[in-house]
Amino acid sequence: MNVPKITKIIENKREARNIITITFRYPEEIVPGQFFMIWIPDVDEIPMSVSYINGDIKAITFRKVGDATSALYKLKPGDKIGIRGPYGNGFKMHGKHILFVGSGTGVAMLAPAVEEAVKNRISSTVVIGAKNKSELFFEKRLKKCGARVVISTDDGSAGCKGFASDVAKRILKKEKINTVLTCGPEVMMKILLDCCKNIPFQASLERYMKCSIGICGQCCIGKGLRVCIDGPVFDGKTLKKVEDFGVFRRDSAGRKIQF
Amino acid sequence: MSFVIENDFIQGLYLTFGVTLIDITTKIAGMILKNPTMLASGIMDEDAGSMKRIIECDAGAIVTKSIGLNAREGYPNPTVIELDYGILNAMGLPNPGIEQYRQEIGQLKNSKTPVIGSIYGANAKEFIELGEKMEDYGASALELNLSCPHAKSYGLEVGCDPKLVQEISSSVKERVSIPVFVKLSPNVTNIVKIAKAAEDGNADAIVAINTVKGMKIDLELGKPILSNKIGGYSGKAIKPIGMRCVYEIAKNIDIPIIGVGGVTTGEDAMEYFMAGASAVQIGSGVYYRGLDVFKKVCVEIEQLMKAYGYKNLTEIIGVTHK
Repeated sequence: MNVPKITKIIENKREARNIITITFRYPEEIVPGQFFMIWIPDVDEIPMSVSYINGDIKAITFRKVGDATSALYKLKPGDKIGIRGPYGNGFKMHGKHILFVGSGTGVAMLAPAVEEAVKNRISSTVVIGAKNKSELFFEKRLKKCGARVVISTDDGSAGCKGFASDVAKRILKKEKINTVLTCGPEVMMKILLDCCKNIPFQASLERYMKCSIGICGQCCIGKGLRVCIDGPVFDGKTLKKVEDFGVFRRDSAGRKIQF
Repeated sequence: MSFVIENDFIQGLYLTFGVTLIDITTKIAGMILKNPTMLASGIMDEDAGSMKRIIECDAGAIVTKSIGLNAREGYPNPTVIELDYGILNAMGLPNPGIEQYRQEIGQLKNSKTPVIGSIYGANAKEFIELGEKMEDYGASALELNLSCPHAKSYGLEVGCDPKLVQEISSSVKERVSIPVFVKLSPNVTNIVKIAKAAEDGNADAIVAINTVKGMKIDLELGKPILSNKIGGYSGKAIKPIGMRCVYEIAKNIDIPIIGVGGVTTGEDAMEYFMAGASAVQIGSGVYYRGLDVFKKVCVEIEQLMKAYGYKNLTEIIGVTHK
Protein backbone atom coordinates (compact mmCIF):
# COMPACT_ATOMS: atom_id res chain seq x y z
CA MET A 1 0.00 0.00 0.00
CA ASN A 2 1.22 3.47 -0.87
CA VAL A 3 -1.30 5.69 0.89
CA PRO A 4 -0.61 8.52 3.32
CA LYS A 5 -0.51 7.59 7.00
CA ILE A 6 -1.91 10.28 9.24
CA THR A 7 0.41 11.64 11.92
CA LYS A 8 0.29 14.64 14.24
CA ILE A 9 2.79 17.45 14.13
CA ILE A 10 4.85 17.31 17.35
CA GLU A 11 6.70 20.58 17.00
CA ASN A 12 7.21 23.43 14.54
CA LYS A 13 10.39 25.38 15.00
CA ARG A 14 11.44 28.54 13.20
CA GLU A 15 14.91 28.16 11.66
CA ALA A 16 15.29 31.41 9.70
CA ARG A 17 13.12 33.92 7.88
CA ASN A 18 10.18 31.98 6.35
CA ILE A 19 11.91 28.67 7.06
CA ILE A 20 10.60 26.17 9.63
CA THR A 21 11.13 22.59 10.74
CA ILE A 22 8.14 20.36 11.37
CA THR A 23 8.72 17.31 13.55
CA PHE A 24 6.50 14.21 13.60
CA ARG A 25 6.51 10.54 14.50
CA TYR A 26 6.99 8.21 11.52
CA PRO A 27 8.61 4.90 12.39
CA GLU A 28 9.81 3.87 8.89
CA GLU A 29 13.55 3.47 8.23
CA ILE A 30 14.95 6.24 6.04
CA VAL A 31 18.41 7.13 4.72
CA PRO A 32 19.69 10.70 4.17
CA GLY A 33 18.63 11.96 0.75
CA GLN A 34 15.35 10.06 0.64
CA PHE A 35 12.05 11.91 0.73
CA PHE A 36 8.45 11.71 1.92
CA MET A 37 5.23 12.72 0.20
CA ILE A 38 3.61 15.11 2.65
CA TRP A 39 -0.18 15.41 2.38
CA ILE A 40 -1.74 18.61 3.64
CA PRO A 41 -5.42 17.57 3.61
CA ASP A 42 -7.64 19.69 1.35
CA VAL A 43 -4.59 21.47 -0.10
CA ASP A 44 -1.96 19.33 -1.84
CA GLU A 45 0.63 16.62 -1.43
CA ILE A 46 4.29 17.54 -2.00
CA PRO A 47 7.65 15.76 -1.93
CA MET A 48 10.01 16.74 0.90
CA SER A 49 13.36 15.34 1.89
CA VAL A 50 13.99 14.30 5.46
CA SER A 51 15.93 16.88 7.50
CA TYR A 52 16.18 15.11 10.88
CA ILE A 53 16.37 11.38 11.56
CA ASN A 54 16.10 10.51 15.23
CA GLY A 55 14.71 7.00 15.60
CA ASP A 56 10.94 7.11 15.13
CA ILE A 57 11.02 10.90 15.07
CA LYS A 58 11.60 12.53 11.69
CA ALA A 59 11.39 16.11 10.44
CA ILE A 60 11.19 18.22 7.32
CA THR A 61 12.57 21.74 6.94
CA PHE A 62 11.22 24.05 4.26
CA ARG A 63 10.68 27.59 3.08
CA LYS A 64 7.22 29.10 2.61
CA VAL A 65 7.03 29.53 -1.18
CA GLY A 66 3.74 28.31 -2.67
CA ASP A 67 0.22 27.34 -1.61
CA ALA A 68 1.21 23.96 -0.18
CA THR A 69 4.22 25.13 1.81
CA SER A 70 2.31 28.19 3.06
CA ALA A 71 -0.50 25.94 4.32
CA LEU A 72 2.02 23.62 5.95
CA TYR A 73 3.82 26.61 7.49
CA LYS A 74 0.63 27.65 9.29
CA LEU A 75 -0.02 24.26 10.91
CA LYS A 76 0.37 23.95 14.70
CA PRO A 77 1.52 21.08 16.94
CA GLY A 78 -1.33 18.57 17.12
CA ASP A 79 -2.51 19.27 13.56
CA LYS A 80 -2.72 16.25 11.27
CA ILE A 81 -0.75 15.65 8.10
CA GLY A 82 -0.47 12.53 5.93
CA ILE A 83 2.87 10.95 5.12
CA ARG A 84 3.91 8.24 2.67
CA GLY A 85 7.34 6.97 1.80
CA PRO A 86 10.25 7.12 2.19
CA TYR A 87 10.93 7.23 -1.53
CA GLY A 88 13.99 7.56 -3.72
CA ASN A 89 17.57 6.38 -3.42
CA GLY A 90 19.46 8.64 -0.97
CA PHE A 91 23.14 9.58 -0.89
CA LYS A 92 26.04 7.12 -1.07
CA MET A 93 28.88 8.28 1.09
CA HIS A 94 32.43 7.16 0.43
CA GLY A 95 35.93 8.55 0.80
CA LYS A 96 37.91 10.13 3.61
CA HIS A 97 36.82 13.71 3.02
CA ILE A 98 33.38 14.76 1.75
CA LEU A 99 32.53 18.27 0.67
CA PHE A 100 28.84 19.11 1.19
CA VAL A 101 27.50 22.12 -0.68
CA GLY A 102 24.03 23.26 0.37
CA SER A 103 22.47 26.41 -0.92
CA GLY A 104 19.13 27.90 0.12
CA THR A 105 16.91 25.23 1.64
CA GLY A 106 19.19 22.58 0.06
CA VAL A 107 21.15 22.43 3.29
CA ALA A 108 18.05 21.00 5.03
CA MET A 109 18.31 17.62 3.31
CA LEU A 110 22.13 17.57 3.44
CA ALA A 111 22.18 17.92 7.25
CA PRO A 112 21.30 14.28 8.10
CA ALA A 113 23.89 13.14 5.51
CA VAL A 114 26.54 15.31 7.20
CA GLU A 115 25.64 13.87 10.60
CA GLU A 116 25.91 10.34 9.27
CA ALA A 117 29.26 11.03 7.57
CA VAL A 118 30.71 12.47 10.78
CA LYS A 119 29.38 9.50 12.72
CA ASN A 120 31.20 7.22 10.25
CA ARG A 121 34.44 9.19 10.88
CA ILE A 122 34.47 10.81 7.45
CA SER A 123 35.96 14.32 7.46
CA SER A 124 33.10 16.59 6.50
CA THR A 125 33.30 20.12 5.20
CA VAL A 126 29.99 21.89 4.65
CA VAL A 127 29.49 25.02 2.59
CA ILE A 128 26.20 26.68 3.54
CA GLY A 129 25.05 29.29 1.06
CA ALA A 130 22.22 31.77 1.60
CA LYS A 131 21.00 35.04 0.11
CA ASN A 132 21.76 36.85 3.36
CA LYS A 133 22.28 36.34 7.09
CA SER A 134 18.55 36.21 7.92
CA GLU A 135 18.08 33.14 5.69
CA LEU A 136 20.93 31.09 7.15
CA PHE A 137 20.12 28.02 9.17
CA PHE A 138 21.67 24.78 10.51
CA GLU A 139 25.09 26.44 11.00
CA LYS A 140 25.15 25.65 14.74
CA ARG A 141 23.69 22.18 14.29
CA LEU A 142 26.35 21.14 11.80
CA LYS A 143 29.25 22.68 13.75
CA LYS A 144 28.02 20.92 16.86
CA CYS A 145 27.99 17.53 15.12
CA GLY A 146 31.67 17.90 14.27
CA ALA A 147 31.71 19.15 10.68
CA ARG A 148 33.77 22.09 9.44
CA VAL A 149 31.28 24.74 8.32
CA VAL A 150 31.97 27.53 5.83
CA ILE A 151 29.32 30.20 5.27
CA SER A 152 28.68 32.21 2.13
CA THR A 153 26.02 34.83 1.49
CA ASP A 154 25.17 36.58 -1.76
CA ASP A 155 25.39 40.00 -0.07
CA GLY A 156 28.27 39.27 2.32
CA SER A 157 26.11 39.83 5.43
CA ALA A 158 27.62 36.64 6.90
CA GLY A 159 30.69 34.59 5.98
CA CYS A 160 32.26 35.02 2.55
CA LYS A 161 30.50 37.16 -0.02
CA GLY A 162 29.47 35.16 -3.09
CA PHE A 163 27.77 31.94 -4.09
CA ALA A 164 28.25 28.60 -2.38
CA SER A 165 29.75 27.27 -5.62
CA ASP A 166 32.48 29.98 -5.54
CA VAL A 167 33.51 28.95 -2.03
CA ALA A 168 33.36 25.28 -2.99
CA LYS A 169 35.56 25.93 -6.02
CA ARG A 170 38.27 27.43 -3.77
CA ILE A 171 38.13 24.46 -1.41
CA LEU A 172 38.31 22.00 -4.30
CA LYS A 173 41.49 23.71 -5.56
CA LYS A 174 43.28 23.63 -2.21
CA GLU A 175 42.17 20.42 -0.57
CA LYS A 176 41.92 16.74 -1.32
CA ILE A 177 38.20 16.03 -1.62
CA ASN A 178 36.97 12.48 -2.32
CA THR A 179 33.28 13.20 -2.94
CA VAL A 180 31.07 16.23 -3.43
CA LEU A 181 27.42 16.05 -2.33
CA THR A 182 25.13 18.94 -3.14
CA CYS A 183 21.59 20.24 -2.99
CA GLY A 184 20.46 23.71 -3.98
CA PRO A 185 19.45 25.74 -7.02
CA GLU A 186 20.11 23.62 -10.10
CA VAL A 187 22.09 26.27 -11.92
CA MET A 188 24.50 26.41 -8.94
CA MET A 189 24.76 22.60 -8.89
CA LYS A 190 25.54 22.53 -12.59
CA ILE A 191 28.38 25.03 -12.12
CA LEU A 192 29.66 22.88 -9.28
CA LEU A 193 29.53 19.75 -11.42
CA ASP A 194 31.66 21.48 -14.05
CA CYS A 195 34.23 22.38 -11.34
CA CYS A 196 34.41 18.81 -10.04
CA LYS A 197 35.98 17.30 -13.14
CA ASN A 198 36.91 13.77 -11.99
CA ILE A 199 35.86 14.08 -8.38
CA PRO A 200 32.82 11.87 -7.68
CA PHE A 201 29.73 14.06 -7.49
CA GLN A 202 26.15 13.52 -6.34
CA ALA A 203 23.34 16.06 -6.54
CA SER A 204 19.80 15.87 -5.20
CA LEU A 205 17.25 17.17 -7.71
CA GLU A 206 13.80 18.60 -7.24
CA ARG A 207 10.97 18.18 -9.74
CA TYR A 208 7.20 18.52 -9.69
CA MET A 209 6.00 15.08 -8.59
CA LYS A 210 2.67 13.32 -8.73
CA CYS A 211 2.72 9.55 -8.19
CA SER A 212 6.17 9.22 -6.52
CA ILE A 213 6.11 5.50 -7.41
CA GLY A 214 7.67 5.71 -10.86
CA ILE A 215 4.72 5.45 -13.22
CA CYS A 216 3.21 8.83 -14.09
CA GLY A 217 6.29 10.28 -15.80
CA GLN A 218 5.80 13.78 -14.38
CA CYS A 219 9.25 14.04 -12.75
CA CYS A 220 11.26 12.46 -15.60
CA ILE A 221 14.51 14.06 -16.75
CA GLY A 222 16.81 13.17 -19.64
CA LYS A 223 16.02 9.81 -21.16
CA GLY A 224 13.21 8.79 -18.85
CA LEU A 225 15.10 9.03 -15.55
CA ARG A 226 12.49 9.23 -12.81
CA VAL A 227 13.54 11.64 -10.07
CA CYS A 228 11.17 9.84 -7.66
CA ILE A 229 12.68 6.37 -8.10
CA ASP A 230 15.95 6.59 -10.02
CA GLY A 231 16.76 9.73 -7.98
CA PRO A 232 16.38 12.18 -6.37
CA VAL A 233 20.16 11.77 -6.00
CA PHE A 234 22.04 11.38 -9.30
CA ASP A 235 25.78 11.07 -9.83
CA GLY A 236 27.82 13.42 -11.97
CA LYS A 237 28.36 10.88 -14.74
CA THR A 238 24.60 10.51 -15.21
CA LEU A 239 23.90 14.24 -14.93
CA LYS A 240 26.45 15.11 -17.61
CA LYS A 241 24.21 13.24 -20.07
CA VAL A 242 20.98 14.88 -18.89
CA GLU A 243 20.29 17.88 -21.07
CA ASP A 244 17.59 19.19 -18.70
CA PHE A 245 20.02 19.50 -15.76
CA GLY A 246 20.37 23.16 -14.82
CA VAL A 247 18.37 24.14 -17.92
CA PHE A 248 14.67 23.40 -17.47
CA ARG A 249 12.04 21.65 -15.40
CA ARG A 250 8.42 20.78 -16.22
CA ASP A 251 5.29 22.23 -14.63
CA SER A 252 2.27 20.13 -13.70
CA ALA A 253 0.97 20.32 -17.28
CA GLY A 254 4.32 19.04 -18.58
CA ARG A 255 5.37 22.39 -20.08
CA LYS A 256 9.08 23.18 -20.04
CA ILE A 257 10.06 26.00 -17.67
CA GLN A 258 13.57 27.42 -17.99
CA PHE A 259 15.53 27.86 -14.74
CA MET B 1 9.84 -27.33 -54.42
CA SER B 2 12.93 -25.83 -52.84
CA PHE B 3 10.67 -24.14 -50.25
CA VAL B 4 9.31 -27.51 -49.19
CA ILE B 5 12.79 -28.94 -48.84
CA GLU B 6 13.93 -25.92 -46.87
CA ASN B 7 10.88 -26.12 -44.67
CA ASP B 8 11.45 -29.80 -44.02
CA PHE B 9 15.05 -29.09 -43.27
CA ILE B 10 14.14 -26.44 -40.70
CA GLN B 11 11.46 -28.69 -39.26
CA GLY B 12 14.08 -31.41 -38.94
CA LEU B 13 16.39 -29.06 -37.13
CA TYR B 14 13.64 -28.20 -34.68
CA LEU B 15 12.91 -31.84 -34.07
CA THR B 16 16.57 -32.64 -33.58
CA PHE B 17 17.30 -29.77 -31.23
CA GLY B 18 13.90 -29.50 -29.60
CA VAL B 19 13.39 -25.87 -30.66
CA THR B 20 10.08 -24.56 -31.92
CA LEU B 21 9.79 -21.38 -33.88
CA ILE B 22 7.51 -19.09 -31.90
CA ASP B 23 6.18 -15.95 -33.53
CA ILE B 24 4.79 -13.24 -31.25
CA THR B 25 4.36 -10.52 -33.85
CA THR B 26 0.84 -9.19 -34.15
CA LYS B 27 -1.07 -7.13 -36.70
CA ILE B 28 -3.61 -4.42 -35.97
CA ALA B 29 -5.20 -2.36 -38.73
CA GLY B 30 -2.25 -2.94 -41.04
CA MET B 31 0.30 -2.07 -38.33
CA ILE B 32 2.74 -4.86 -37.57
CA LEU B 33 3.99 -4.91 -33.98
CA LYS B 34 7.16 -6.84 -33.17
CA ASN B 35 5.42 -8.05 -30.03
CA PRO B 36 1.91 -7.66 -28.57
CA THR B 37 2.81 -5.52 -25.52
CA MET B 38 2.04 -1.81 -25.74
CA LEU B 39 2.62 0.98 -23.23
CA ALA B 40 -0.78 2.19 -21.98
CA SER B 41 -1.60 5.89 -22.13
CA GLY B 42 -0.70 7.97 -19.07
CA ILE B 43 2.36 5.99 -18.01
CA MET B 44 5.86 7.40 -18.64
CA ASP B 45 4.72 9.21 -21.77
CA GLU B 46 4.64 12.93 -21.05
CA ASP B 47 7.95 13.62 -22.81
CA ALA B 48 10.09 12.12 -25.55
CA GLY B 49 12.83 10.98 -23.13
CA SER B 50 10.48 8.76 -21.12
CA MET B 51 8.97 7.25 -24.25
CA LYS B 52 12.45 6.55 -25.65
CA ARG B 53 13.28 4.68 -22.45
CA ILE B 54 10.15 2.53 -22.80
CA ILE B 55 10.98 1.86 -26.45
CA GLU B 56 14.38 0.61 -25.29
CA CYS B 57 12.54 -1.64 -22.84
CA ASP B 58 11.11 -3.44 -25.90
CA ALA B 59 7.46 -2.38 -25.86
CA GLY B 60 5.79 -3.33 -29.15
CA ALA B 61 4.19 0.12 -29.37
CA ILE B 62 3.84 3.26 -27.28
CA VAL B 63 0.65 5.17 -26.54
CA THR B 64 1.20 8.82 -25.60
CA LYS B 65 -0.35 10.67 -22.72
CA SER B 66 -3.81 11.94 -23.66
CA ILE B 67 -3.33 15.31 -25.30
CA GLY B 68 -5.91 18.06 -25.64
CA LEU B 69 -6.04 21.35 -27.53
CA ASN B 70 -4.79 23.41 -24.60
CA ALA B 71 -2.43 22.84 -21.68
CA ARG B 72 -4.10 21.43 -18.57
CA GLU B 73 -2.48 21.25 -15.17
CA GLY B 74 -4.61 18.41 -13.86
CA TYR B 75 -5.75 18.03 -10.27
CA PRO B 76 -3.74 18.86 -7.16
CA ASN B 77 -2.10 15.90 -5.39
CA PRO B 78 -2.76 13.30 -4.12
CA THR B 79 -3.41 12.10 -7.66
CA VAL B 80 -2.08 8.54 -7.44
CA ILE B 81 -2.17 6.05 -4.57
CA GLU B 82 -1.48 2.36 -4.49
CA LEU B 83 -4.03 0.14 -2.75
CA ASP B 84 -3.87 -3.54 -1.85
CA TYR B 85 -4.88 -4.89 -5.25
CA GLY B 86 -4.48 -2.01 -7.63
CA ILE B 87 -3.65 1.63 -8.25
CA LEU B 88 -6.16 4.45 -7.91
CA ASN B 89 -5.57 7.68 -9.82
CA ALA B 90 -7.23 10.94 -10.73
CA MET B 91 -4.64 12.95 -12.63
CA GLY B 92 -7.20 15.18 -14.35
CA LEU B 93 -5.77 14.85 -17.87
CA PRO B 94 -2.65 16.98 -17.32
CA ASN B 95 -0.87 17.70 -20.60
CA PRO B 96 1.07 20.52 -22.25
CA GLY B 97 -1.42 20.94 -25.11
CA ILE B 98 -1.06 19.66 -28.67
CA GLU B 99 1.16 22.49 -29.94
CA GLN B 100 3.77 21.98 -27.21
CA TYR B 101 3.54 18.23 -27.50
CA ARG B 102 4.72 18.46 -31.09
CA GLN B 103 8.35 18.72 -29.93
CA GLU B 104 7.99 15.52 -27.86
CA ILE B 105 6.36 13.34 -30.49
CA GLY B 106 8.52 14.91 -33.19
CA GLN B 107 11.62 13.44 -31.55
CA LEU B 108 10.18 9.95 -32.03
CA LYS B 109 9.41 10.36 -35.71
CA ASN B 110 12.14 7.96 -36.81
CA SER B 111 11.39 5.36 -34.17
CA LYS B 112 10.83 1.84 -35.50
CA THR B 113 8.37 1.28 -32.67
CA PRO B 114 4.94 2.71 -33.54
CA VAL B 115 3.90 5.70 -31.46
CA ILE B 116 0.15 6.02 -31.04
CA GLY B 117 -1.14 9.48 -30.23
CA SER B 118 -3.82 9.52 -27.54
CA ILE B 119 -6.15 12.50 -27.77
CA TYR B 120 -9.13 13.80 -25.79
CA GLY B 121 -11.69 16.43 -26.70
CA ALA B 122 -15.18 17.58 -25.84
CA ASN B 123 -16.63 17.07 -29.32
CA ALA B 124 -15.93 15.83 -32.86
CA LYS B 125 -14.48 19.17 -33.95
CA GLU B 126 -11.82 19.08 -31.23
CA PHE B 127 -11.00 15.44 -31.95
CA ILE B 128 -10.56 16.21 -35.66
CA GLU B 129 -8.16 19.08 -35.00
CA LEU B 130 -6.13 17.00 -32.54
CA GLY B 131 -6.12 13.95 -34.80
CA GLU B 132 -4.93 15.89 -37.84
CA LYS B 133 -2.13 17.46 -35.80
CA MET B 134 -1.04 14.15 -34.28
CA GLU B 135 -0.86 12.65 -37.76
CA ASP B 136 1.07 15.65 -39.00
CA TYR B 137 3.57 15.36 -36.09
CA GLY B 138 4.28 11.76 -37.00
CA ALA B 139 1.97 9.53 -34.93
CA SER B 140 1.53 6.02 -36.40
CA ALA B 141 -2.08 5.77 -35.22
CA LEU B 142 -4.59 7.57 -33.00
CA GLU B 143 -6.22 6.44 -29.78
CA LEU B 144 -9.37 8.41 -29.01
CA ASN B 145 -9.76 8.71 -25.25
CA LEU B 146 -13.52 8.38 -24.87
CA SER B 147 -13.22 6.93 -21.43
CA CYS B 148 -11.30 9.01 -18.86
CA PRO B 149 -13.43 8.46 -15.74
CA HIS B 150 -12.68 11.66 -13.87
CA ALA B 151 -12.43 14.74 -16.12
CA LYS B 152 -15.50 16.89 -16.41
CA SER B 153 -16.95 17.23 -19.94
CA TYR B 154 -14.27 14.97 -21.43
CA GLY B 155 -13.59 11.26 -21.66
CA LEU B 156 -16.35 9.13 -20.26
CA GLU B 157 -18.81 12.01 -20.40
CA VAL B 158 -18.45 11.84 -24.17
CA GLY B 159 -17.81 8.11 -24.38
CA CYS B 160 -20.99 6.82 -22.75
CA ASP B 161 -23.19 8.11 -25.57
CA PRO B 162 -23.16 5.68 -28.56
CA LYS B 163 -24.28 8.43 -30.98
CA LEU B 164 -21.39 10.72 -29.98
CA VAL B 165 -18.91 7.84 -30.11
CA GLN B 166 -19.99 6.98 -33.66
CA GLU B 167 -19.95 10.61 -34.74
CA ILE B 168 -16.49 11.28 -33.30
CA SER B 169 -15.02 8.05 -34.70
CA SER B 170 -16.39 8.58 -38.19
CA SER B 171 -15.50 12.26 -38.39
CA VAL B 172 -11.90 11.61 -37.30
CA LYS B 173 -11.67 8.64 -39.69
CA GLU B 174 -12.75 10.85 -42.58
CA ARG B 175 -9.95 13.32 -41.92
CA VAL B 176 -6.90 11.21 -41.13
CA SER B 177 -5.21 8.40 -43.01
CA ILE B 178 -3.59 6.67 -40.00
CA PRO B 179 -5.53 3.96 -38.11
CA VAL B 180 -7.95 5.16 -35.44
CA PHE B 181 -8.44 3.22 -32.21
CA VAL B 182 -11.20 3.99 -29.73
CA LYS B 183 -10.53 3.48 -26.02
CA LEU B 184 -13.60 2.51 -24.04
CA SER B 185 -14.67 2.69 -20.44
CA PRO B 186 -16.05 -0.18 -18.37
CA ASN B 187 -18.11 2.37 -16.42
CA VAL B 188 -21.13 2.00 -18.72
CA THR B 189 -24.18 -0.25 -18.66
CA ASN B 190 -23.45 -1.88 -21.99
CA ILE B 191 -19.91 -1.66 -23.35
CA VAL B 192 -20.84 -3.71 -26.44
CA LYS B 193 -23.22 -0.99 -27.58
CA ILE B 194 -20.44 1.60 -27.39
CA ALA B 195 -17.97 -0.71 -29.16
CA LYS B 196 -20.53 -1.28 -31.93
CA ALA B 197 -20.96 2.47 -32.26
CA ALA B 198 -17.20 2.84 -32.72
CA GLU B 199 -17.21 0.04 -35.30
CA ASP B 200 -20.13 1.68 -37.11
CA GLY B 201 -18.07 4.87 -37.07
CA ASN B 202 -15.35 2.96 -38.98
CA ALA B 203 -12.86 2.79 -36.10
CA ASP B 204 -9.99 0.44 -36.89
CA ALA B 205 -9.74 -1.12 -33.44
CA ILE B 206 -11.17 -1.02 -29.94
CA VAL B 207 -9.04 -0.50 -26.86
CA ALA B 208 -10.71 -1.90 -23.74
CA ILE B 209 -10.72 -1.01 -20.91
CA ASN B 210 -9.90 2.30 -19.27
CA THR B 211 -9.82 2.41 -15.46
CA VAL B 212 -12.75 1.46 -13.24
CA LYS B 213 -14.26 4.25 -11.12
CA GLY B 214 -13.25 3.92 -7.50
CA MET B 215 -12.56 5.67 -4.19
CA LYS B 216 -10.43 5.37 -1.05
CA ILE B 217 -11.29 7.05 2.25
CA ASP B 218 -8.93 7.80 5.11
CA LEU B 219 -10.55 6.74 8.39
CA GLU B 220 -8.78 9.18 10.65
CA LEU B 221 -9.73 12.23 8.62
CA GLY B 222 -13.00 10.85 7.25
CA LYS B 223 -11.99 12.18 3.82
CA PRO B 224 -11.32 10.65 0.43
CA ILE B 225 -7.55 10.66 -0.16
CA LEU B 226 -7.53 11.70 -3.84
CA SER B 227 -8.00 15.44 -4.25
CA ASN B 228 -10.64 14.68 -6.89
CA LYS B 229 -12.23 12.24 -4.41
CA ILE B 230 -13.14 9.78 -7.19
CA GLY B 231 -10.50 8.15 -9.36
CA GLY B 232 -9.91 5.29 -11.74
CA TYR B 233 -8.77 1.91 -10.45
CA SER B 234 -6.21 -0.05 -12.45
CA GLY B 235 -3.90 -3.00 -11.93
CA LYS B 236 -4.39 -6.60 -10.90
CA ALA B 237 -7.86 -6.15 -9.39
CA ILE B 238 -9.47 -5.08 -12.65
CA LYS B 239 -8.20 -7.86 -14.91
CA PRO B 240 -11.41 -9.95 -14.70
CA ILE B 241 -13.44 -6.86 -15.60
CA GLY B 242 -11.26 -6.13 -18.63
CA MET B 243 -11.42 -9.77 -19.63
CA ARG B 244 -15.21 -9.85 -19.54
CA CYS B 245 -15.40 -6.64 -21.59
CA VAL B 246 -12.96 -7.87 -24.26
CA TYR B 247 -14.81 -11.19 -24.42
CA GLU B 248 -18.22 -9.56 -24.88
CA ILE B 249 -16.93 -7.06 -27.42
CA ALA B 250 -15.14 -9.78 -29.42
CA LYS B 251 -18.34 -11.79 -29.55
CA ASN B 252 -20.21 -8.93 -31.17
CA ILE B 253 -17.85 -6.98 -33.41
CA ASP B 254 -15.31 -7.78 -36.12
CA ILE B 255 -12.57 -5.13 -35.73
CA PRO B 256 -9.45 -5.97 -33.67
CA ILE B 257 -9.37 -5.39 -29.92
CA ILE B 258 -6.48 -4.28 -27.75
CA GLY B 259 -6.90 -5.61 -24.22
CA VAL B 260 -6.03 -3.42 -21.22
CA GLY B 261 -6.55 -3.86 -17.51
CA GLY B 262 -4.30 -5.66 -15.06
CA VAL B 263 -1.80 -7.15 -17.51
CA THR B 264 1.26 -7.91 -15.40
CA THR B 265 2.36 -11.35 -16.62
CA GLY B 266 2.42 -13.43 -19.79
CA GLU B 267 -0.46 -15.43 -18.37
CA ASP B 268 -2.59 -12.28 -18.17
CA ALA B 269 -1.75 -11.43 -21.79
CA MET B 270 -2.58 -14.98 -22.95
CA GLU B 271 -5.99 -14.78 -21.28
CA TYR B 272 -6.67 -11.51 -23.09
CA PHE B 273 -5.65 -13.09 -26.43
CA MET B 274 -7.99 -15.99 -25.80
CA ALA B 275 -10.81 -13.58 -24.96
CA GLY B 276 -10.24 -11.94 -28.34
CA ALA B 277 -7.50 -9.31 -27.98
CA SER B 278 -4.85 -8.97 -30.70
CA ALA B 279 -2.49 -7.10 -28.37
CA VAL B 280 -2.39 -5.87 -24.79
CA GLN B 281 -1.49 -2.59 -23.12
CA ILE B 282 0.47 -2.41 -19.88
CA GLY B 283 0.25 0.49 -17.41
CA SER B 284 0.20 -0.42 -13.73
CA GLY B 285 2.35 -3.44 -14.62
CA VAL B 286 5.24 -0.99 -14.89
CA TYR B 287 4.84 -0.40 -11.16
CA TYR B 288 4.48 -4.07 -10.24
CA ARG B 289 7.36 -5.42 -12.34
CA GLY B 290 9.50 -2.46 -13.35
CA LEU B 291 10.19 -0.88 -16.71
CA ASP B 292 11.31 -4.19 -18.21
CA VAL B 293 7.79 -5.59 -17.73
CA PHE B 294 7.39 -5.62 -21.55
CA LYS B 295 10.38 -7.88 -22.03
CA LYS B 296 9.33 -10.10 -19.12
CA VAL B 297 5.77 -10.48 -20.40
CA CYS B 298 7.01 -11.35 -23.91
CA VAL B 299 9.32 -14.06 -22.57
CA GLU B 300 6.46 -15.49 -20.52
CA ILE B 301 4.11 -15.42 -23.53
CA GLU B 302 6.67 -17.40 -25.54
CA GLN B 303 7.10 -19.92 -22.72
CA LEU B 304 3.34 -20.41 -22.41
CA MET B 305 2.90 -20.71 -26.18
CA LYS B 306 5.54 -23.40 -26.20
CA ALA B 307 3.96 -25.19 -23.26
CA TYR B 308 0.53 -25.20 -24.88
CA GLY B 309 1.76 -25.90 -28.39
CA TYR B 310 1.00 -22.59 -30.11
CA LYS B 311 3.27 -21.24 -32.84
CA ASN B 312 1.78 -17.82 -33.46
CA LEU B 313 -0.72 -15.43 -31.92
CA THR B 314 -3.44 -15.88 -34.56
CA GLU B 315 -3.90 -19.42 -33.24
CA ILE B 316 -4.68 -18.02 -29.80
CA ILE B 317 -6.63 -14.83 -30.48
CA GLY B 318 -10.29 -15.46 -29.74
CA VAL B 319 -10.03 -19.23 -29.11
CA THR B 320 -12.71 -18.98 -26.42
CA HIS B 321 -15.20 -18.03 -29.14
CA LYS B 322 -14.45 -21.01 -31.40
